[in-house]
Amino acid sequence: MSTLNLLRPSKDNLQSNLYLGSFLVGISILDVFLNSFLKLNITSFLPSIISIVLPFLLGMFGFHLMRIEFSGIKNLDRLNKNINTNNFNAALTLLIIFLIIKAIPPVISWMILDANISGDSKDACTGSGACWTYIKVWFKRFMYGMYPNEHIWRVNLAFIFLVVLAFVGFVTPQKYRNLLTLYYVVIYPIIAFILIYYLISGGEFGLEWVETGAWGGLSLTFIVSFFSLIFCFPLGMALALGRRTELPIVKYVSVGFIEFWRGVPLITVLFMSSVMFPMFLPEDFFMDKLVRVIIAISLFEAAYVAEVIRGGLQALPRGQYDAAKSLGMGYWKMHIFVILPQALKLVIPGMANTFLALVKDTPLIFVVGLAELAGMLQMAKTNPKWLGYAMEGYVFAAIIFWIICYAMSKYSYNLELKYKTDR
Amino acid sequence: MKLKKILPQAITLLVVILIFGFFTMNAQLNMENRGIDFGYGFLSQESSFDVQFSLIEYSGSDSYARAYLVGLLNTLLVSILGIILCTILGVIVGIARLSPNYLIRTTAAWYVEFFRNIPLLLQIFFWYYAALRALPLPQDAEAIFGVSYLTIKGFYTPSLIWENLDIFIYSVIAAIIAIIFVRIQAKKLRENVGKHLPVLNISIAILFVLPLLTFLFGGVNVGYETPELKQLAKTSFKFEGGLSIPPELLSLVIALSLYTATFVAECVRAGIQGVGKGQREAASSIGLNRKQVLNLIIMPQALRIIIPPTTNQYLNLTKNSSLAAAIAYPDLVLVFAGTALMQTGKAIEIVSITMLTYLTLSLSISFFMNWYNAKIAIVEK
Repeated sequence: MSTLNLLRPSKDNLQSNLYLGSFLVGISILDVFLNSFLKLNITSFLPSIISIVLPFLLGMFGFHLMRIEFSGIKNLDRLNKNINTNNFNAALTLLIIFLIIKAIPPVISWMILDANISGDSKDACTGSGACWTYIKVWFKRFMYGMYPNEHIWRVNLAFIFLVVLAFVGFVTPQKYRNLLTLYYVVIYPIIAFILIYYLISGGEFGLEWVETGAWGGLSLTFIVSFFSLIFCFPLGMALALGRRTELPIVKYVSVGFIEFWRGVPLITVLFMSSVMFPMFLPEDFFMDKLVRVIIAISLFEAAYVAEVIRGGLQALPRGQYDAAKSLGMGYWKMHIFVILPQALKLVIPGMANTFLALVKDTPLIFVVGLAELAGMLQMAKTNPKWLGYAMEGYVFAAIIFWIICYAMSKYSYNLELKYKTDR
Repeated sequence: MKLKKILPQAITLLVVILIFGFFTMNAQLNMENRGIDFGYGFLSQESSFDVQFSLIEYSGSDSYARAYLVGLLNTLLVSILGIILCTILGVIVGIARLSPNYLIRTTAAWYVEFFRNIPLLLQIFFWYYAALRALPLPQDAEAIFGVSYLTIKGFYTPSLIWENLDIFIYSVIAAIIAIIFVRIQAKKLRENVGKHLPVLNISIAILFVLPLLTFLFGGVNVGYETPELKQLAKTSFKFEGGLSIPPELLSLVIALSLYTATFVAECVRAGIQGVGKGQREAASSIGLNRKQVLNLIIMPQALRIIIPPTTNQYLNLTKNSSLAAAIAYPDLVLVFAGTALMQTGKAIEIVSITMLTYLTLSLSISFFMNWYNAKIAIVEK
């Protein structure tokens, strides 16, 4: 029986159904493709509404014909299993394909084909697309804020040093491995602080002093998140341990601290650091705005870190505590050698999320007048010479932040796999 | 042994007391020097500033306390709208991530990876300064469904005009009470006699019929007012009448819900994946049908996993709504910690009130959720 039964595709009329079906799907995709890329409408002779719906209907019917179970053709079976299990799925598949085809040309023409990058003033932007000249001209400001141009090498040098020093852990010989924790927790932050203080801030060794108000752009994002990250981790660990002890006063102070910071939005914490905190300090005591902001963010994030670590501590079976105690270990020995190494391994994903949140929260410092990347965008956007290029700026910043955050989350995923031990 | 327990506590207490004492002493000194007195009396003074958008009647002659209320209500409005939208979107995307369809799965995964890796503030800026600025001017706007207009100055849509709204609200409350009563009775009937009542159908019927009756007999009536284009000057046009949603609110709600939906989606996915395959198979093997398996076995267990982290996301959304200050949407932070603080200079009082408000919101929701969690937790032997 080889009659063409269109309503009930089955293995008996496999060939004809398959050819007709793939032809129809191909036609429907081709129609949308031509329409979108070449502005051609091959079905323009039809009434407008039918012309719009036709590719969808053709595609649906084509997918219907191709939906043959156990056809014996490997690719067809795979196709059916993955994108064509039933009518509903086929419809969604078609819609997504059409949407992608429709979206590509305008995006490409805006970002590349009609865009301008040459020149160094607004006049260079004549096309209808993006004006990357704007990004090019403002690039230094987006990266370094109002930091003086002739001193930018100092920021670069400091960051290069920091990155190189961060890789020490990978090249240390086996003999000194056990000193690494000490290095990363104590020595590295101190070196980092000295580097930033003397190199970026300057004021000594013949380097000109640059006030923190002039710092900005992406480098400020890095500085703020770097220091907050370093400070919030030990503080969070102490709070997590404090919350788990049986000493009532320590416990309730920790609980109160954690719940307070977790209950308020970061923006109010920053407000507090900028308008309320100076009232709490002696009058002749001056604390830099940037330092106040870093303290505020560290305290805020420490509460979140504490909760993540507490989750890890709670997840450990009681036997681990009992075993450590039965070996005669005291509180600190037990935690440092038995509990924390296991607990911290468990909380890698949670910690990564918290640190990601920290990086994503840094743009908020613009409420206290520090302009990192997002803040610089706001500044550039209102510059009378460069009005009307907000979109380019946000796309640029979004791409940069996306790359940073995505890389961090992928790295944490690798870390998680690396330290995974089955218990 | 005893010293080991007392010493750390004593030190902690001492440090806390010292820090607080140091701060209070300095604060007193500083305020004395600057001639500021501490107190919450300013709350009843005239605020004399205007707020762009408020849910209740407010003008500059009202008190600071009322300005606080305006800000709080605006914050709650954004949070509630955002929570509703992000739940809908998050559940759809979360389920889509488990779809057998490769394209849907991948699209959902890309959506999640894309939106959660860009700072929320940047997204809010993008919607407010770039995307919504590309909308047409009022006079060029095309009507959506003939009655609504999406313009650069906001979204305009017909508003409903109620007559005897209070009777309608009472009827809805009465319907809800009736439904609770029916549910209790149905449960009793099921446990005592073993008879099943179609509770869901009865509830829906009550919810529709009771308010409908008020239209027929209670004198409740509803009309609507459409937005009209008015010419203010030669080139200046404006929509009047109807319901207008300012662009600040629009961009804030869009950004918050798109961002938070990615996290909700991950919670939903984890919850559904967290229910073991054996549960579904066991339920089928004792003869439950597909609907019963989903309603009685899968959903109760999945919800138990989904709800706690999702509540956390709702809390985050509420706290993140304070970013409104960045685009001048008059929320609690902008109205109170911004404008009011600038005018009165009462930094300690105003920041502490603002923080306490958020703290109360967060703690009350998390207490409620802890209670709910304890209620639905599996009782283990």
